[in-house]
Amino acid sequence: MKTALDTAQDVQSQVSSATAELETSLAAIRARNEELNVFLYVDEEGARATAASLDRRVADGENVGPLAGVPVAIKDNMCQKGIPTTCASRILEGWRPPYNATVIDRLLAAGAVPVGKTNLDEFAMGSSTETSAFGPTRNPLDPSRVPGGSSGGSAAAVAADMTSLALGSDTGGSIRQPAALCGLIGVKPSYGLVSRYGLIAFASSLDQIGPFAKNVTDAAMLLEAIAGHDPMDSTSLPEPSPTLVAHVNDGVAGKRIALVRELVDGADEDVVNSVNRAVEALKDAGATIVELSIPEFRLGLSAYYLIAPAEASSNLARYDGVRYGLRVDADDVTAMNEATRTAGFGAEVKRRIMLGTYALSAGYFDAYYGQALKVRTQMIDAFRRAYQQADLLIGATTPSVAFALGSKTSDPMAMYLSDVFTIPTNLAGEAAVSVPFGTGEAGLPVGVQLLGPGRSEAQLFAAARVLEIAEGRS
Amino acid sequence: MTLPGDWEMVVGLEVHTELKTATKMFCGCANHFGSEPNTNICPVCLGLPGSLPVLNEHAIDLAMAIGIALHSTIASSTFHRKNYFYPDMPKDFQISQYDLPINSGGYLDLPDGSRVSIERAHLEEDTGKSTHLGGTGRIHGADRSLVDYNRSGVPLVEIVSGPDIRSSAQARVYASELRGILIATGASDGRMEEGSMRIDANVSVRKPDAPFGTRCEIKNLNSLRSLLRAIDFEALRQVELIEDGGTVRQETRHWDENLGATSTMRVKEEAEDYRYFREPDLVDLDPDQAWQERIRASLPPMPAERRAKLKARLVDPAQAQLDAVEVVIDLGLDPFVNAAIDAGADPALAVARAANELAAGIDDIKYLTNDAFSTTLLMEQRGELSSTQAKTVLGELLASGGDPKSIAATRGFEQLSSDSLGATVASLIEANPDEWARYREGDEKLAQFFIGQVMKLTKGQANGKAVIAELQARR
Repeated sequence: MKTALDTAQDVQSQVSSATAELETSLAAIRARNEELNVFLYVDEEGARATAASLDRRVADGENVGPLAGVPVAIKDNMCQKGIPTTCASRILEGWRPPYNATVIDRLLAAGAVPVGKTNLDEFAMGSSTETSAFGPTRNPLDPSRVPGGSSGGSAAAVAADMTSLALGSDTGGSIRQPAALCGLIGVKPSYGLVSRYGLIAFASSLDQIGPFAKNVTDAAMLLEAIAGHDPMDSTSLPEPSPTLVAHVNDGVAGKRIALVRELVDGADEDVVNSVNRAVEALKDAGATIVELSIPEFRLGLSAYYLIAPAEASSNLARYDGVRYGLRVDADDVTAMNEATRTAGFGAEVKRRIMLGTYALSAGYFDAYYGQALKVRTQMIDAFRRAYQQADLLIGATTPSVAFALGSKTSDPMAMYLSDVFTIPTNLAGEAAVSVPFGTGEAGLPVGVQLLGPGRSEAQLFAAARVLEIAEGRS
Repeated sequence: MTLPGDWEMVVGLEVHTELKTATKMFCGCANHFGSEPNTNICPVCLGLPGSLPVLNEHAIDLAMAIGIALHSTIASSTFHRKNYFYPDMPKDFQISQYDLPINSGGYLDLPDGSRVSIERAHLEEDTGKSTHLGGTGRIHGADRSLVDYNRSGVPLVEIVSGPDIRSSAQARVYASELRGILIATGASDGRMEEGSMRIDANVSVRKPDAPFGTRCEIKNLNSLRSLLRAIDFEALRQVELIEDGGTVRQETRHWDENLGATSTMRVKEEAEDYRYFREPDLVDLDPDQAWQERIRASLPPMPAERRAKLKARLVDPAQAQLDAVEVVIDLGLDPFVNAAIDAGADPALAVARAANELAAGIDDIKYLTNDAFSTTLLMEQRGELSSTQAKTVLGELLASGGDPKSIAATRGFEQLSSDSLGATVASLIEANPDEWARYREGDEKLAQFFIGQVMKLTKGQANGKAVIAELQARR
């Protein structure tokens, strides 16, 4: 499929048109959406109107932006005005937001064409897109397997060449893990780099929107377009969007990159092999490689499964049947709240609301939530010490390649472990990229994870680009 | 009211005041009372999925102004979520300050010389407003409920006093003085009837020097009168309960204005676990020294200082005048009074006219200027207006503004002064030679006769002092 960069250049130079690019995308969606269950809603009418408007402006000689006419898939936990937004939950069925998320406004300002809303684990709680109330998404590379999650729909959209770009959200690995399982670049930006305004919250202190793409330059283009300070988000970083695309070919010469033992321990052998080969490729490109152990990473999963559910239990309280979405009538308001939430939420969401409510309760707060916050502080300190010894860290994104549908749905702990390598970055609010590097079982892609301190995205893209070139994908 | 025997009441108040910001606490919607329901709303104050709060800087200004006026310590503070389900709270949690409030400690000195300590004054958001129709009229058992979210997200400051208050009268004075401070700082309009100031009272009773008794919290007292009555009722209820061998149960109680009684809302065991935790969508609030100083420097004098200043301007004041000063300060009318005294008006007259005529028309006070008030009083002092006429002019100034001289002219008050009054007096002397002769011989009672005649002829529009002056000039 044509890259986003080529598409934008073709549309702006009138070699192609936004309308033609969109129709290609819509045809690809029609061809495989039924089989793969990637999009929950395709906004054909709105996307066509956006594309037509872009074509008119280009014809008028206007520069319509760096993503001119590029179709983009949107994870269905981001609000788009007038477009059904469900978080893959029955509880939001029928709700159409009256406003755009900041990322949607920025995509439109960059000339992109949002084509529709992609499937996800319900409220982004899951690692396989199987907890969606609207059925699982299948991995385009092997439809008997999961695409990962929670942003599985967005990953599948790019992997199936339905769009060249997609937006996901990453709370504990929900972009990087599906990117790894679908053979894509997936970016978890520094906390605060991309506005969360209009992203339906799962765990507010961990959530971050980021890009999926097939190559580093496209991912950098998309992140540049959506990043930068937003006055609507108090936790948004104060700076404007960083310059990323211009630095993708900066290389890694002279950089110190640390292989972290805890980011490969327990991974499948073919995954470990890929990481080792990636380390060699970086060394060949002039990086100095060191090895580090960061024992605090082992505590990440436990802390995450207290902090994220605690915040979620509060964030999801508003789905009470009073104002929007599902309402199941009952005798009085309390009974209505209960009936609505009982019918509207799936098992995984209920499990996490229960966990989080418990962790915050009087008498348990200190032992659970309070303790998890202490671990989080230790995690931040551990990263800071590591970055005194290295510019970037490297490890695996996930312990294994894409697994079979249904293989982990009955065992929540096994499912949670798919995020063991990605969670530390979210707890510390830092940045990481998953890069496809080599293959494993059944020829499926392996993701290698590059981690950097806050606002190190340009360095991460440069390192990812070195691996991309080493794999012969230039 | 005094409690029977040697029982003593112990009261602490929690005063919630809506801040007088142009927009709400976390969004750009108008903070305005009385709009059509659900017109001042947006994704943020409706708590729609994906929306995020951004703190209103002016709310911080006003919260700090309250803290400074109450001698609190302003410190770096944080916001928490208070989690509970209620239909008029759109996120099903309230953003509030918890362990680190913006203002800690402080005190409020009352006019009677007593001091009430302040524990904290913290920021939080208001909820929407529910109306329950039919059935019980309460949330459970009503036929249907309507919710207006215009109030949702309006900034509040909750001011918590120490348990230092010992009578309902003192509680009332505290609330009134605090209200004056809130108005003076510009933080609030202090309109209890519109709910912009609401009070919860914690009440317990004890024997002298005994430890504090178990307290009950009375929620949502919406007038100073309710505050006074509810505290008295509750303290007496607790004393009677204990004297009958019972024990006070810690609980939240509801005040019924019509019944004049409190009743149980919920007992302590039913108290909710609010699962407070840091609000992850907001950052720490840490106003620097320069910001605090800017607020401090911009604060006008507080009621206590203004009260002392005005009392000092009265010469040998009687108790009634001192009481009038209280009214003037409570209603914030002292700028009018001070301007009039500065312009040469008699301080006692200025205080009296403000405490009576202006106080009666306080709702329309926006039309009145310092100049108009001063001019009216000076006209009265010079005898150009009788006291009745002066009151009429003030009434018209309050109702529709304008210039006192033209109001007096339009109403035909002015011609009664000087020449026209002189002519009236002269004609009366001519028509009543006997009475005039007796007056000239020193019978002062006859002055009243002439005043009466002038009043009859002028339909009460003349100034008695001016009549006497005219008589004496001709004696």
